Amino acid sequence: MDDLLPGDRIHGFPGGLKLEHHKAVACERPVARPPMPERLFIQVVQHQGESGRIVVEPGEWVAKGQALTAAGDDFIVPEHTPSSGTIEAITDHPAAFPPGGTQQAIVLVPDGRDEWTERNPLSDWRNASGTAIVDHLHRAGMAGLGGAMFPTAAKLRGDWPGIHSVILNGAECEPWIACDEMLMRERPRDVIEGGLILARAAGAERVVIAIEDRMGAVEAKLREARRELDAERNVRIRKVFTVYPEGGERQIIQALTGREVPHDGLPQDLGVIVHNVGTAATARDAVVEGRPLIERIVTVTGPGIAEPRNLLALVGTPFNHLVETAGGYRGEVTRLILGGPMSGTALASDEIPVTKGSNCVLALTDNETAPTQPTLPCINCGECVRVCPARLLPQTLFRLIEAENYDAAADYDLPDCIECGCCAAVCPSHIPLVDYYKHGKDELTRRRLDRRRAALAKRRYEAREERLRREKEERQARRKEREEKLKRPEEAQDEIQAAIERAKRNKKT
Amino acid sequence: MKFELAGAPHQPPAASVGGVMRQVLYALVPAVVAHVWFFGYGILFQIALAVAFAVGLEAAMLKLRDRPIRLFLSDYSAVVTGVLFALCMPPLAPWWIAAIGMLFAIVIAKHLYGGLGYNLFNPAMVGFAAVIIAFPLELSQWVLPRSLSPGLPGLLETAQAIFTGHLPAKLNWDAVTGATPLDELRTGVRENLLVTEIRNAPIFGDFGGRGWEWIANFYALGGIYLLWKRVISWHVPVAVLATTIIVSAPLWLLGPDTNPSPLQHIFSGALVLGAFFIATDPVSGCSTLRGKLLFGAGVAILTLVIRRWGGYPDGVAFAILLMNMTAPLVDRLTRPRTYGHGNSSSGS
Repeated sequence: MDDLLPGDRIHGFPGGLKLEHHKAVACERPVARPPMPERLFIQVVQHQGESGRIVVEPGEWVAKGQALTAAGDDFIVPEHTPSSGTIEAITDHPAAFPPGGTQQAIVLVPDGRDEWTERNPLSDWRNASGTAIVDHLHRAGMAGLGGAMFPTAAKLRGDWPGIHSVILNGAECEPWIACDEMLMRERPRDVIEGGLILARAAGAERVVIAIEDRMGAVEAKLREARRELDAERNVRIRKVFTVYPEGGERQIIQALTGREVPHDGLPQDLGVIVHNVGTAATARDAVVEGRPLIERIVTVTGPGIAEPRNLLALVGTPFNHLVETAGGYRGEVTRLILGGPMSGTALASDEIPVTKGSNCVLALTDNETAPTQPTLPCINCGECVRVCPARLLPQTLFRLIEAENYDAAADYDLPDCIECGCCAAVCPSHIPLVDYYKHGKDELTRRRLDRRRAALAKRRYEAREERLRREKEERQARRKEREEKLKRPEEAQDEIQAAIERAKRNKKT
Repeated sequence: MKFELAGAPHQPPAASVGGVMRQVLYALVPAVVAHVWFFGYGILFQIALAVAFAVGLEAAMLKLRDRPIRLFLSDYSAVVTGVLFALCMPPLAPWWIAAIGMLFAIVIAKHLYGGLGYNLFNPAMVGFAAVIIAFPLELSQWVLPRSLSPGLPGLLETAQAIFTGHLPAKLNWDAVTGATPLDELRTGVRENLLVTEIRNAPIFGDFGGRGWEWIANFYALGGIYLLWKRVISWHVPVAVLATTIIVSAPLWLLGPDTNPSPLQHIFSGALVLGAFFIATDPVSGCSTLRGKLLFGAGVAILTLVIRRWGGYPDGVAFAILLMNMTAPLVDRLTRPRTYGHGNSSSGS
């Protein structure tokens, strides 16, 4: 380990793309709260992990902030009521994942009174133990707001020796998305205070806030807030180069430290933990105000939106309600995207609700949409190699996966692909490379499971064979023993005598 | 409302194969204009012939292979192959040379290997290698540059020469054509003449051959345009030119009488064309950055070796074909280190 701390020097990372930002268009208006929707659809699972037990029933009245599902271990994150009202149903509702599919959701009809349940802040967090804070955040339903929805408690907990810094990721590198930028502009103090809370929870002495070098206004706001909080000593504000995908966890670490997360390791191995700035502000709300994670800023933008803007939306708000609040659709919208244009997910329907990771709804019209066909063969131009931030050979991986040579693709480090989409964006043959990599990874996972199942089956089979062999041997040994006895005349006579008497006895009875 | 489902990224692609190939064609325009100025209209006929045969054969092969014809013709790769081949032809080469060259380039080197993206060898260079091996005589008849010529053949005379093999009576072959500077050099060295003596011949200019060196400049200009447009990366051309200088400079300094100067090497034959337009062919070249450097260096060294000891005056085409063979292996050996794999700075 060297002595450089995150942000001592700004390093680059290989590859990446300079993209047009398209962010300003959604930043002209302040963040606003849309009117209360008629119904909220709260997905039962909104994080990487499993659903908690549902603790409410249809017909029941619930207060704002009340738990809808029970918290379990760190990968079972609870969901809370975004506003007071009556549970109408628990049903399957359209969801972003799986694409075109549905997920179980709790349907809530808000009563408009917005009545809170009892709030339990952790007011004295500066003196609370790390575990107490982590437990509190877990009970507040915290999962990463950056998009991946990784359970916050699972990231913070664990006996990691030497966590020295919490990195707050404010480098929102995807075009169009501006929710983090607006959050940092409007609530810089809460972001910093949240960062300090997360650092306390992780046992780190320092918070490093990473923003893009084009976010000058944000930097000024953060500096001012840091001064007000008297946190200059342990909060660093650093600008990184605006290159997509520097907001990726591994890339932001590389940009700030010059070091790489080991391929079989975690950021914790380098003494750092990365959280999204939105996660930090929400952690502050949970700890200081006792508000569970029930709302977030969503950017509603794109050429297909009449008045692009950022909205503070309750979890469960259907996207079409947000689009309406932003003036409705404009033109022929062909693709609706959750997230950004580089790595976002296409949505089949706009009835899909806001979840904890919904950072942006992007409406694209035909002109701004990648064609799905036709593709040409790979011409090996190497543009993908140039832009790959993981330093993979995307064209080689493509050819191997196309040839269904998945093991070779694994040798070429397919699992290290971060699916940023840079390769596909520059491909002159318009090959949907990321789709291939996702398929290849799924296939590798499936094979690993198959291999494990096969190994188990083999073990069972071998155990059975072993048992049958042993039984056979034992039978043979017994028979041999009897035969040996029969060979000796006197013992044989006894045997015969005994057999005759047994037969007689049996006859009598 | 319902929307289409598709994988990311969602924004329109920045480039297309057809667009890339068209950029290559634009970049060749200055050199073609210079070619016409120095050597007459012949190159235009050669380009027209080669492109016509290339596109015709491409369409026929696509039809035979049951591939979408319009889609693959719009990638312009056959046109580029035809133009690059034509630029290596003597201006008055007979028409059937282009037909045979394109047969080897498009049918054999490209489509029998699987079409666009799958050819191991650069098609234009396969075509060129085939015709220079089969018809060395026809390919050694170069038109003399404007300043040395009693009069460049006009449009009609050029057409007559290419399609009938005869020049009109007032011009004769010996007057308007001659050996290329590289041929002169080669023959001279064989006869134990000093390089400085050979270079006294009028056909030589400041660095390479008269006219030739100017065309090389325009190839370089086009190459810089491609670099600026990010159609090619700097690695291959820089490796070819730098290696040529690094290898030939010491030899020239030690024996200026028997070894041509580095600049003469660069400005002769197809070296600049090869460095910017042919060795940069993505399909048959390397795709890793270190691989591109090695590929370019290999092309330069093999070119110099063939020019010095080989059986043909210029070695660029054969050097590129030989390096094409090594490209898959070089790519494998120069694979970059993946993020987070076995580096010293990752800690733990």
